Amino acid sequence: MATYHLQIVTPDGLYYDGEAEKLIVRSTTGDVCILAHHINYVTALGMGVAKVTIDGKDRRAACVGGMLSVHEGEVKLVSTTFEWSEDIDLERAQRAEERAKEKLAHRDTLGDQELALAEAKLKRALIRQSAAK
Amino acid sequence: MAGVSMKDIKLRIRSMESTKQITKAMEMVAASKLRHAQERVQQSRPYFEVLYQAVSDIAASNREFSSPYVQPVQGGKLCQIVISGDRGLAGGYNHNILKLAEADRAGRDCIMVPIGKKSMEYCASRGLPLLTGAYAEAAELSVSGCFTMARSLCKAFLAGEFSEIHLAYTNFASMLVQTPCVIPLLPLPMPEKPSESQPARQMTLYEPGDEAVFHSIIPEYLGGLLYGALCESVASELGARRTAMDAATKNAQDMIDDLSLKYNRARQGAITQEITEIVAGADA
Repeated sequence: MATYHLQIVTPDGLYYDGEAEKLIVRSTTGDVCILAHHINYVTALGMGVAKVTIDGKDRRAACVGGMLSVHEGEVKLVSTTFEWSEDIDLERAQRAEERAKEKLAHRDTLGDQELALAEAKLKRALIRQSAAK
Repeated sequence: MAGVSMKDIKLRIRSMESTKQITKAMEMVAASKLRHAQERVQQSRPYFEVLYQAVSDIAASNREFSSPYVQPVQGGKLCQIVISGDRGLAGGYNHNILKLAEADRAGRDCIMVPIGKKSMEYCASRGLPLLTGAYAEAAELSVSGCFTMARSLCKAFLAGEFSEIHLAYTNFASMLVQTPCVIPLLPLPMPEKPSESQPARQMTLYEPGDEAVFHSIIPEYLGGLLYGALCESVASELGARRTAMDAATKNAQDMIDDLSLKYNRARQGAITQEITEIVAGADA
């Protein structure tokens, strides 16, 4: 399959820099798939599982926020957090899910900001778990 | 007489030695922390560069859009974010950045966002109005902290609480050189109009739309920028402290050498005097 140059960067550093065949990420409007020779393209990313195909093998990752840009065949995935499935601590994600659910069970006692924070935490924990499986 | 001054000198040498030990220890702590800080700066740079490229591409390829993020407003309120250190004893680091920030906001109606204890104390002592005082510890601010802050700044900006945001931070040029600087964050500084000789720009597809993408990227971009500036500032602070403490250690050593010389002279003087007295006594 044709490949293209993919760079994955976050504030914590460069996560991937090399050739890739296929990239699937969740944008704010839904999943998008990028193959080689894609038209110049920019979109904002939502929260979801990202799938990168390198040398015919799939790698999964949890990818939250940021943007995706394709410019003249160069693909750059700039996300707020990006974790490869093998780096995810599944138990920790499960614990985080329980904690967030516990908090959300008493949602009427929470302020707006706390509610948003707990919901974001729950979402992140779920994405991490689905990326790790 | 000589005995008293010898004792004084001895005491001073001893106190100087303990000062030297402290400055030496501080230098070593700063040097080891600096290594981590420098790594962090290097790791965050590619993120920031890619983000900057994307935002300026969008802004450059789309001149007709009317996002409030790019509209310059004349004479509005200025919001100034000042990143300083949490502690002193870092040479001119805190002073330089605070002075530059003061020159930048001279004569303007200004609201402050201090980051770091020194900048907080500075705002409090001058009685400057604060937008938020939640970021007193520069060293404890994390990536997510920066993003939260960027989002709330964007919200306040769109609500019209201020019309401009400036960021004052210290750029980490090298181990020995740190330059304080002020950069405008919002409204986005638009690149110059491309000249006619440049090739026609390429079409880019924005999904769901260029403005929507732009608006969701801007808070990310500001967060990234803030985080980058914070990393640079923390590294600069440690670099400045290392240099200052190195100089202090050297000065302490110089003073010890000087005092040792004086001490030995005084000792020799005392012995000579004693001999003279004995000889004079024997002669009599």
